Parts: sequence; structure tokens; C-alpha cells
Amino acid sequence: MATFFGEVLSVYSRAVEEDDYDDVEEENEEDLQIRREIEEKREVHIRWCPEVSKAVESAEKLQCSDLIIAVGPNAAGFVSAYILSSEGWMQVGWVSLWNERSRSSTRPDTAPLPGEPGCVFYQQKSCPSVLICQCTCYIAEDQLFHLAEKVLGSMQSRGLTVTVLSDSPLTEYKTSHYVNGNGAPFLRALKTSTFTHNLPCPLLEQPNIITGLPAAVLNQCQVQHIQAVLFQCFSDVLHPDSVTMETYKPALSCLSTRVKLETRPNMEILQKLTRVNDAHSNLYT
Amino acid sequence: MFVPVGERAPVFNGFTLITPAVSVGNVGQLAVDLIISTLDMVRAGHFHTDCLIPMAGNNPYSRGDQDAALLSTNAEVYCRTDLQLAVLQIRTPILPMKMKSFRKLLVSWIKASGFSRTVLLSSCHAHQRDDQQLLSSPLRYLLTPGLRTEGTEGTEGMLQRLGWREMERVSAFPGVTDSDTQRLYIPGGGITKALYNDCCSENISMVVLLLFCSEGDNVPDAFTLVNHLNDWLHLLDKPVQGCVPWRTPSSWRLLFGSGVPPLIF
Repeated sequence: MATFFGEVLSVYSRAVEEDDYDDVEEENEEDLQIRREIEEKREVHIRWCPEVSKAVESAEKLQCSDLIIAVGPNAAGFVSAYILSSEGWMQVGWVSLWNERSRSSTRPDTAPLPGEPGCVFYQQKSCPSVLICQCTCYIAEDQLFHLAEKVLGSMQSRGLTVTVLSDSPLTEYKTSHYVNGNGAPFLRALKTSTFTHNLPCPLLEQPNIITGLPAAVLNQCQVQHIQAVLFQCFSDVLHPDSVTMETYKPALSCLSTRVKLETRPNMEILQKLTRVNDAHSNLYT
Repeated sequence: MFVPVGERAPVFNGFTLITPAVSVGNVGQLAVDLIISTLDMVRAGHFHTDCLIPMAGNNPYSRGDQDAALLSTNAEVYCRTDLQLAVLQIRTPILPMKMKSFRKLLVSWIKASGFSRTVLLSSCHAHQRDDQQLLSSPLRYLLTPGLRTEGTEGTEGMLQRLGWREMERVSAFPGVTDSDTQRLYIPGGGITKALYNDCCSENISMVVLLLFCSEGDNVPDAFTLVNHLNDWLHLLDKPVQGCVPWRTPSSWRLLFGSGVPPLIF
């Protein structure tokens, strides 16, 4: 839609599709075949390394006390700079999926390279029951449920605590008073019924909601009675930045003593992550 | 899949189920929000399915800080045993590829739970009305064959006494007189028509209530629909003067965005 000023806006309508289901009802065998193939292609698979996969396939499933899921550039950056930068972690698995926007579609059988968008699992060497899932790739709406179901389905749900770190722009935060950048970045929490620990930040106020992988994981934990908490960071910076990443520190340090957190971020990694912020093409560089 | 909140699964045998169709203006969903909020319905469980887009938030019906911390999901079932009433609230759109499986899931759950009747609250694009429809009230109903055969004392007689009109069938080619294919046409109604057809063939008692409306601020439409529903089901007593005191849930705040910067004034 073009406005009075000439710019083109993508219009989002709450109206649902027209009454075109008559055609869908009359599917023939070929349509069904195509549909099945698309569904197969979009299936989500988790590729565990041999040692872990043995545990996942056993009757007791994978024993895990803490699972940290980081979604979004800041959350994933925090995990890279503050936790995974120490030597005590090893990669134990990754998610293979195909959708319109995931780049790894050309190589479905190899793990994403460092720096490439993807969804990768890490295990702490000193305490193998602590796992981290770092997710930086796009996951389509129809794949979220299955990814959450498969990740949590491969773990023993008794004694498991799930912590989800996620970030979103400040503009998506709704509040009755005007928010300027002074208060940002800040954290808001959302927890399942079985989660009883004290929280280091306020709860996410209505009418704010969350969507995407964090929501899928929380829904799954809620119905499986798994203790889970989400820390959503609202930031006014467009790209990943060190100040936003630091807001996750109190959330994680108070929750999980089993996860070793570096007091200072790894500068090399931090620099790599925040390089997009640098001015690239102005008159003076 | 229905997942109860407590240890014991609730019994819905003989209950009336009210559920929205995700349709134009989200009128059905808003109306269901009003029912849950006003009747203080208790959450009985989650409707956990891969057919809906995931979403999570805190208690949408909280009245203060005490009851705010309650994780709510994209589809939940609420109930009031004394009223024999259950409500399935759906909060996100159905994935386009999963429309059929969602309908199947819903139909099998309705059958397995033993609801005595199901009320589907829905809406339809107002701009699609013909001249006759433009001149009449915007409310329409549809009944499955099981509810039609009850005679004048049954549901159909009751709805007609309220002055409601059945959704008209339209001809596939208006103006061409020799075409006798009259069909049901509910544009913008989401799964309404297909679910109604499923219920007809599966012999489920279903009443579809739908309102012609347009996109925009659909809160007034939700009040209209829920008031009509109340005229029929008498969920709340109607005061002698004024209208039924529906309570809007706390999640309806800030429908049009956050507060404005004070410096602009």
C-alpha cells in the first residue's frame, strides 16, 4: 500500500484468508503427495554426537539438570562471550532444518560453521548435565513446536530446569507510560507453574506477549510440568551490543550455580559480534 | 491434545462448549475473552497442538499483582461446573497448512469430551453482504441438522423467537436464474464453514453465531456478539435498565500502543 507521502508499507491484516477451502477439500493424490513431500522437507531433526545420541535413545533419555536456550543476537552473543568462551565446553549436537530463510539448506548433513547462523548444542565438560542451546538461525512458525518438542523430548524431564534467554526491540514493549531509552535495556521474566525460585527481575506485564521459539519452549515445559523461566531483554540498540548482553548476567548467575560464568566477557568474541555496529561507509572511514 | 492443569482430567459430559473461530476482526476471540473474564472461569487445561502459532504471556485476566504470574498459552480451556459451561479460547492464528488437522483435532476432542452442544462464535466480511443483508441486523446463525429436528421448542425455535436470521445461502452465480447451486459463503470466517460442515457430517450439535463486521476496533462488535449470545443462553442476568455488565480483561489495555511521549504536548 502506498501512503500519501509515497512510501510503500507492507500492510498486515488480521483478516484471515478468504473462503477458499472448497478447493483444499478436493485434493487429489498428487496434491497430497506434494504436501507430504513439503512436510517431510520441513521436518526438524536434531543431530547428536554419538555419545549423547546413545543416551538420548536409551530408556532413561538424556540426563540433564540445566538447559539454557539462547535465542536472538544478544542472547546468543552473551552465551558466546560470557560462557562458551572458556575451554570447558564442547559441541554435542545441532539442529538440521530447512525453510525459506535458513541458509544451511544446501548442506543438511553438516554442522553449521562457527559464525554461521544455526542452532547448536554445547555440553559442559566438568558437569555434563548442563547443556546450552544457542540458536541464531530463522525457524519458521510451523517448525517451532516440533523443535521444542524434540529437544525436550530427548531429555529426562525430572529434575530439569530450563532457562530461556531471548531479546527483542524496545519498540515491542507495551506500557501505559512512555518509555524512552533511559531505562533500556531491561529484563522481564515469564515462568511456568512449576518454577518456584525467586526472580531477579519483574514479570512480563500484560498485554505483552512473546512468540517464536521461546514461546514454543515455555508451552512445551508448561504441559510437561518442567521448571522453566524465560528472560526477555528489551533493548533500544538495533544491533547486538555489549551493554545489552550484560543485562543477562544477574539472571543467570542467581539461577544456576552449576554454570560457570566468566566475570569479564571475552573481548575478542565481543568485538567480532559487535562489529556490525561500526560505521562502515560514511564520509570519514 | 487436551492437557489438564490438575492431576485429574475434568469431566465435560453434558456441558455446553463455546469456542471462537479465528476470523475477521477477531470478534469471536474477543467475545470469548469477555465471557471468561466476567464469569471468573477457572482454567481447566491447555489445548496443546502444533497447528497453532506458539505464543505465551502472563495471566490475561489478572485483577492485580497477586494473580498476574500465571503462564497462559495459545489455546486454553476454561470452565464453570455450576453453569455446565466450558470455553476454549484460541489466541493465535492457525497455521495455513494445518487447517485440516486442527479441525480434525477439535472435532475429535468435542466428541470425546461429550459436550451436549457447541457454540462457534465467528464473523464474516461486512463488505460481502448483498442488498437484503445490508438492510437487516448483522447477526446470523447456522445449525447442524441434529439441532434442527427438535421442533419449535428446540434450539431453532428459540433462536427464531429472538428474531435471529439464518445465514443465507447464496447462488454461485448471482443474477443467473437457472443456476440452482446455492452454497454457504463465509468469507473471512477462517475455518467456520469447513468446521460447520465437519460437524454436520459427524453428527455433532453445533450452533454457529456470526456477525458481519469489518477490520478495525472490533471491541464494539465483540460486545454485540456476546450480548446476543447472552440473550439466548442467559449467562448473566440482564439488568432492568442499561446493559449487561461485561468485564473487559486486563489484557485489553493498550490496544492501540504504548503511552505517548509527554514532551510532544
